[in-house]
Amino acid sequence: MGFPILTFLLLVPLVGAIACLFLGERTARITALVATSVNLVLGLLLWANYEVGGAQWQFVERSEVFAGFSYALGIDGIALMLIVLSVFLMPICILASWDAIRTRVGEYMSAFLFMEVLMIGVFAAQDIFLFYIFFEAGLIPMYLIIGVWGGDNRIYASYKFFLYTLLGSVLMLIAMLWMVNEAGTTDIPTLMQYDFDPSAQTWLWLAFFASFAVKMPMWPVHTWLPDAHVQAPTAGSVILAGVLLKLGGYGFIRFSLPMFPEASAQFVWLILGLSMVAVVVTSLIALVQHDMKKLIAYSSVAHMAIVTAGLFAFNVQGLEGAMVMMLSHGLVSGALFLCVGVIYDRLHTREIDRYGGLSINMPRYALFFLFFTMASIGLPGTSGFVAEFLSLAGVYEVSSWATLVLTTGIILGAGYMLYLYRRVAFGVQRNEDAAAMPDLTAREWVMLAPIAAAVLWMGVYPESFLAPMRADIATLEARLATAAPQGDAELVIGEPAAHGANYIEGSLGAEGAH
Amino acid sequence: MSSILIIVFLPLLAAIIAGFGNRALGNTVAKSITTGALFVSCVLSWPIFLGFLGGTATAEVVQVLTWVRSGTLTFDWALRVDTLTAVMLVVITTVSALVHLYSWGYMDEDPDQPRFFAYLSLFTFAMLMLVTADNLVQMFFGWEGVGLASYLLIGFWFRKPSANAAAIKAFVVNRVGDLGFMLGIFGTYLVFNTVSIPAILEAAPAMSGATIGFLGYRMATMDVLCILLFIGAMGKSAQLGLHTWLPDAMEGPTPVSALIHAATMVTAGVFMVCRLSPMFETAPVALAVVTFIGAATCLFAATVGTTQWDIKRVIAYSTCSQLGYMFFAAGVGAYGVAMFHLFTHAFFKALLFLGAGSVIHAMHHEQDMRYYGALRKEIPLTFWAMLAGTLAITGVGIYWLHAGFAGFHSKDAILEAAWGRGTELGRFAFWMGTIAALLTSFYSWRLMFLTFWGKPRWIESEHIQHAVHAGHDEPEDHNPARQEDSGHDVTHAVPPPEYRGGTGGYHPHESPVSMLVPLGVLTLGAIFAGFVFTDAFVDSETFWAGSIYYNEGLIHELHEVPLLVKLAASIVMLLGLTAAWFAYIKDTSIPEKAADQLGPIYHFFYNKWYFDELYRYVFLKPAFWFGRVFWKAIDMGTIDRFGPNGAAWLVSKGSVAAKRFQTGYLYSYALVMLLGLVAAITWVVF
Repeated sequence: MGFPILTFLLLVPLVGAIACLFLGERTARITALVATSVNLVLGLLLWANYEVGGAQWQFVERSEVFAGFSYALGIDGIALMLIVLSVFLMPICILASWDAIRTRVGEYMSAFLFMEVLMIGVFAAQDIFLFYIFFEAGLIPMYLIIGVWGGDNRIYASYKFFLYTLLGSVLMLIAMLWMVNEAGTTDIPTLMQYDFDPSAQTWLWLAFFASFAVKMPMWPVHTWLPDAHVQAPTAGSVILAGVLLKLGGYGFIRFSLPMFPEASAQFVWLILGLSMVAVVVTSLIALVQHDMKKLIAYSSVAHMAIVTAGLFAFNVQGLEGAMVMMLSHGLVSGALFLCVGVIYDRLHTREIDRYGGLSINMPRYALFFLFFTMASIGLPGTSGFVAEFLSLAGVYEVSSWATLVLTTGIILGAGYMLYLYRRVAFGVQRNEDAAAMPDLTAREWVMLAPIAAAVLWMGVYPESFLAPMRADIATLEARLATAAPQGDAELVIGEPAAHGANYIEGSLGAEGAH
Repeated sequence: MSSILIIVFLPLLAAIIAGFGNRALGNTVAKSITTGALFVSCVLSWPIFLGFLGGTATAEVVQVLTWVRSGTLTFDWALRVDTLTAVMLVVITTVSALVHLYSWGYMDEDPDQPRFFAYLSLFTFAMLMLVTADNLVQMFFGWEGVGLASYLLIGFWFRKPSANAAAIKAFVVNRVGDLGFMLGIFGTYLVFNTVSIPAILEAAPAMSGATIGFLGYRMATMDVLCILLFIGAMGKSAQLGLHTWLPDAMEGPTPVSALIHAATMVTAGVFMVCRLSPMFETAPVALAVVTFIGAATCLFAATVGTTQWDIKRVIAYSTCSQLGYMFFAAGVGAYGVAMFHLFTHAFFKALLFLGAGSVIHAMHHEQDMRYYGALRKEIPLTFWAMLAGTLAITGVGIYWLHAGFAGFHSKDAILEAAWGRGTELGRFAFWMGTIAALLTSFYSWRLMFLTFWGKPRWIESEHIQHAVHAGHDEPEDHNPARQEDSGHDVTHAVPPPEYRGGTGGYHPHESPVSMLVPLGVLTLGAIFAGFVFTDAFVDSETFWAGSIYYNEGLIHELHEVPLLVKLAASIVMLLGLTAAWFAYIKDTSIPEKAADQLGPIYHFFYNKWYFDELYRYVFLKPAFWFGRVFWKAIDMGTIDRFGPNGAAWLVSKGSVAAKRFQTGYLYSYALVMLLGLVAAITWVVF
């Protein structure tokens, strides 16, 4: 189609971002809301016009800049879904910041809109350096959001965030340079089919891994996340959990797996091992948290471990499960951070013990919080279940041990989330100020209800989300097929028993022949 | 037969309306909608069941919606109706409709009634999804859905800390079982390349000799799969090891206990084993595990039941014990018999719970039987209903007439099947079951005698004193403000020194009609359900029509067991009755003396074999301890210390001013990126 919709998806928030810098508080808010809403409509148009079963890369735009570096955009089903997730969460973030942000509103809205540009750019970029720019620059607005509008310890948090990220990005850039030199192209789709020498793959894979593992974040390079979440304003947490944590997973599925299949197979156990440790360790840590945001941040690490394990299961279920987990986690943890934000705005504390009995004075809030809690622990019927079930089913084909350890997450997850819910929403109203908090406002309701609907939709009829990605995942699986690791559950068919285990040669049985 | 769509989805619709409408709808509207929906479902369910009973109906599957398509792993929302489902349909919808009706009276003064009724209907929907599942994943959906409803209903009085703790415990312990269930589904998919139940059952016999790698070992495929699935069943059906949540679940309102924790949800495990019976029949080791766990549970729970004072806890342990019977019946291959006991048990156990609720209602929320006594004359209708329930659970009947109360038919058939199976494990199960039957009779009559006979001991109850001192004797047990203080002293291992007691001026009232009608209907069930349906459930292969594995040889053996085996249940029933009569009517000092004499054993039983204490020290405390260590010592003490903080320290040591670093890092970052890009472009251009 002729309409450069991807460019418009980048332009609308870009124009909005620049405008916001010069606008007053109220107009900045409205501008941001309008810009993100327009982008949401564009995103939905993108989804509606995406041809399932059509070309692998659609809406392609390409213009040579110089020397092989080009402004190239285009999406497949995987990128489509992540773009839709991003544009869906953005207006909600603007609404979440409506009253909470009172200083430098224009700059704040501008930072968010810039971030939207960069996030969509990451998923739409088809040139590896274009991707790099978006990928790394996308974090700059986030530093600012944490560093300027964050909590008391924001400097330490953004410093940690910076330090971790720096480590990975330098290595990744070097690897990219080497690859471009070797393959002679900066075009991502071409690189995805290029067969690098297996020994070189190992180094390239490790360089990319350094960057993606931090973004994921995987254990043990996850410690920036709890601090970043705790210090970030609510909307910052939503975008951080909702979209920025998906950059690592997107990197794995776009670069590491298709470009270095042999190396990926070589490191399966590194990934599975770290994922297993992450699920158990971070779930147990979540259990003992006193700070709501920290608890949800640690739970994010555990959920992202399911993503990495699913991706490195090398089969359709694992890959699709990982993708659904990314989408689901984006919605659910985003919503959980919003839920924290709702009561933080009222009481200005994230201490769990300062709340209690909120079901009494905030029944609607309690219902939403319960719903997202259940989605987080993977109750069937919500998106969390489809995600968890498919990923783990995929991992089972590789290793029953890994599946056993990863599946303990469903027990531990239920433990820490229900324990959190109990302390916040159940029990008696211990604190008068918490007991006096009013229920959801219309604005908050408008933020939470669409996410709840999406979570339910993805849980009951995930086909809408799986269908666009199906062909891409199948292509990826085919590329990985030769390198796929052997599972430990090899089936050996034996001589079947003649009878059921409880068969009794009864006289009636003999008579019954007539 | 698209009526199944209405049967299943009407309760969901009602739950949504009542739940979201809540206060806006008002109590009466919300209650009418949910109760009405359930009665419609119930009325539509019986013709389906009778159709299968009469042999006119055939099994069918109604497709609803695509669910997941992921490679070859595909499953849909679909409703399967066959004989096994039809049995569950009538059990679920009938008990649920009656419990809805009963709750009109029982929950009358609760401020949160729409929420309660919405949860009840939601539960019913999830349970119906479970029993109509055509694939393992939808069964899991129902499985977790009933878990959610159970969690919400146990914690319904959410101001009470004990109710919250019990709700979380129920959910988390069930999740331990679900871990097994999920692994079982994954393994089944790996082996059969499908999760469709009919397809699996068809392919299972061919796999009976196969082996598979699991956790590094090579094992018999079907045994591994069935044991994993059975772990799920153990969680849901509160079998030994994963039973600890069920007694605590009695924190929920009594109608909930009757519906969820007696008649329906806890029997889901039994249903699962029966549904997958052709699969289990290919797994001899798994069946041995089922038999052993079932037999062990039925005895374990019965021993604990003899010592408890809380009327609901006695019945809860009784439920746990009866579920054990069902499992070992399935384990020895008598699936029809297991389903038969499930069917009769649903009626008489719901009756006992609702009867207990009626007693609790009359006694101003007092649940401790030490403060009951002499209620026979005060609440006669409740008494007669409870008596019918007790006669049913203890299996009263006359062998030569083939006539008795519901439990007589089903429990006897189980014991006969265990003996008739002819294996050592079968004999073991028989003896366990027989001893448990003795204990069942003892604790059931103990409950009756303590509650309805003797002299009133009401005055010592705090609840009764509160009622009397408050100047009224109308029960107002659900006033949330009073929920905190309903925990009572259970540290007394023996009853008060003497039953001096007295009424304290309190006058118990018989329950309202809305509560008595369900009691009446269930009483009919407790009396006739066994007698009427024995032939179909136990002896008729055509009734089951292939929906379970029908073991003709075993059924034949079941009828050929020695007379003494057939009479065993009746003999021990009389022994238990006699013992209870001596201890609680004739000479009421016996229990105390016996408790002193049997000190350690008594305490072992009274403290539920110390399972809770064991789990607290083995799982709960270590989990929190490790959580703190991982957080403080590893994350903060090691990773942060040597990672980012260490880097900062190095930087500051390296004579770069820390302040500059803190404020300038953004620019340095952008600079690094820019330099990198310049390098990249240079590389490509030249």
